[in-house]
Amino acid sequence: MNNIIPPLSSPIVEFRNLWKSFDKERIQVLRGASLRVSQGESVALVGASGSGKSSLLHLIAGLDEPDQGAVYVNGEPLGSGRRLTQRLRHQIGFVFQLHNLIPNLTLRENCMIPSVAAGVKKKTADARLLYLANATGITDRLDHRIQDLSGGERQRTALCRALMNSPQIILADEPTGSLDDLNRVRVFELLLELVRKEGITLIMATHDLELGRRCDRFLRVQRGVLFDETKEQQHLGQDDLRAI
Amino acid sequence: MTFLRLILTNTRRHLIRTLIGVAGIAFGVAAMMTVVTLLQGAVNMFQRILNDDSEIIVFERHVSDLFFSNVKIEDIATMRAWPGVTNAMPSLFGLVSSDDRPVIACFGVTEEAPRLISAEWLAGSLDKFESSEGIVLGSRAAEFLKVDLGDAAPLGHESFTVTGIVRTKNGFEDGGVFMPLAQAQEFFHKEGVASIASVTLDDDRQRQPFIAQIKETFPDLTALETEEFGNAYSQFRIVKTTAWAVGGCAFLLGGLSVANTMIMSVFGRIREIAILRVNGFSPAQIAGLIFGESTLVALAGVVVGILVGIGSMLVLQQVPLLQGYVDTEIHGGVLGVVMALALLTGLAGALYPAFYATRIHPAEALRFE
Repeated sequence: MNNIIPPLSSPIVEFRNLWKSFDKERIQVLRGASLRVSQGESVALVGASGSGKSSLLHLIAGLDEPDQGAVYVNGEPLGSGRRLTQRLRHQIGFVFQLHNLIPNLTLRENCMIPSVAAGVKKKTADARLLYLANATGITDRLDHRIQDLSGGERQRTALCRALMNSPQIILADEPTGSLDDLNRVRVFELLLELVRKEGITLIMATHDLELGRRCDRFLRVQRGVLFDETKEQQHLGQDDLRAI
Repeated sequence: MTFLRLILTNTRRHLIRTLIGVAGIAFGVAAMMTVVTLLQGAVNMFQRILNDDSEIIVFERHVSDLFFSNVKIEDIATMRAWPGVTNAMPSLFGLVSSDDRPVIACFGVTEEAPRLISAEWLAGSLDKFESSEGIVLGSRAAEFLKVDLGDAAPLGHESFTVTGIVRTKNGFEDGGVFMPLAQAQEFFHKEGVASIASVTLDDDRQRQPFIAQIKETFPDLTALETEEFGNAYSQFRIVKTTAWAVGGCAFLLGGLSVANTMIMSVFGRIREIAILRVNGFSPAQIAGLIFGESTLVALAGVVVGILVGIGSMLVLQQVPLLQGYVDTEIHGGVLGVVMALALLTGLAGALYPAFYATRIHPAEALRFE
């Protein structure tokens, strides 16, 4: 087992030898992580807090820069500036642990933010929102303000927002981390269903081993290095997984 | 949801903070409008006194104030005799005081003075103006001095019989005193001189030759076309500059208030701005949001400021001490400049917050989840 993950087919996301540290290199978060992810594949990044999962997602989305290494999307360097903004508008959607919706805006307005950023026509955006709201079961809450929604509804709204511009890649950072057991499974299943239906690539950081093992690939993040344990985890029970 | 909706929502979210920003701009707008309108109004009123009855003003060269100008009556008579000169009328300006009025404008004029001819005579008549040795009061002056036709009006160390009361359109004149020129010369110890000569010519084309002739014949005097006078006269320039400077200071305070509001607004939603960036907002769009918010604050401030400014001028109009000396007419030009300055102030106040917002590092902001 090593941290160079071989491609399954032509990769939509690829990162090579990513190194990242904080606090003037005193905290080394990633140590040469590499991975290739195919179109439509779902990948779970499982690891303890501080193992580097979120940092990895931030690097893939271009929100942060690696100390060393590179990220490629569709075979091209991720880029920066205008190119990166275009990627965030059209190719990459992000779901956070805390929904990170904008207070005082309605659910509809929150979902529309990526469309506003990308200058999508209102008619097109409205149709897309209606489709996603139906799929996530929040149609009747569209004009409610975020403060009036439950935790599950807020996270489903966050899913809608991430999917608004039909991205190729969804990066989900503990998307069910703040939800109760019932909502945790519902929201995850919804996320999985939507990305599979639309052929979207999902890279999800999670503590939740049970949900992680339902992804196509199961990668353990340990001390900034990735380990592909897809095959192993399929034979492990929940207690064994917790030990990872 | 449009971009504008996002701007509106952001400004509404912290209403008190937004209102403080609006109040800052409104204060600047109201202060500048009031100060500039009042002082500009005062200048305009004084300028109209000169403009109404002449094309060219002749006064002593290098005097800081027309009250100190001395133009010999014999020189004015010489000018009047020049070919092409329709008339050259002397006017002597002075300031007097009464018991509760520290400053009353006094005009020493002849009975040919157009301002007296065109005035509405409420009491008395122009016929006996020069022979009466009395004074003619503007209607407001008669009001605040509490005198009527035939009464004795105390001015300075003397007392004068009121031989007429007139109503004029000009606040300075309406709150002032008209004296026969000879009497004014004696009262102000300026025998044989006037402050200015108001000259009218047969033909506009003779203006420049006349000015040149003044320069050549009377080196101690200067002649200016009345339109030019307003721009060239140092006292007017000082007053106007002071008005804009005071207004500018008020705007500076308003700008700081907007800057503070916008900085607080940006600092309070660093994470939110990071979320917008993650959702595809470009740095330019983020800056647009901040500038949009500040523009909205500035626009609201302009509206409130104009209303407050109009209100304050209506109040000033009612102050007895200022009656006749303030022109509260708001000029379109002043309004335009004030509005433009308010918007510029709003944008300037948002410069640093917008710069800061565009520099927010999404990953760092999100790390503190």
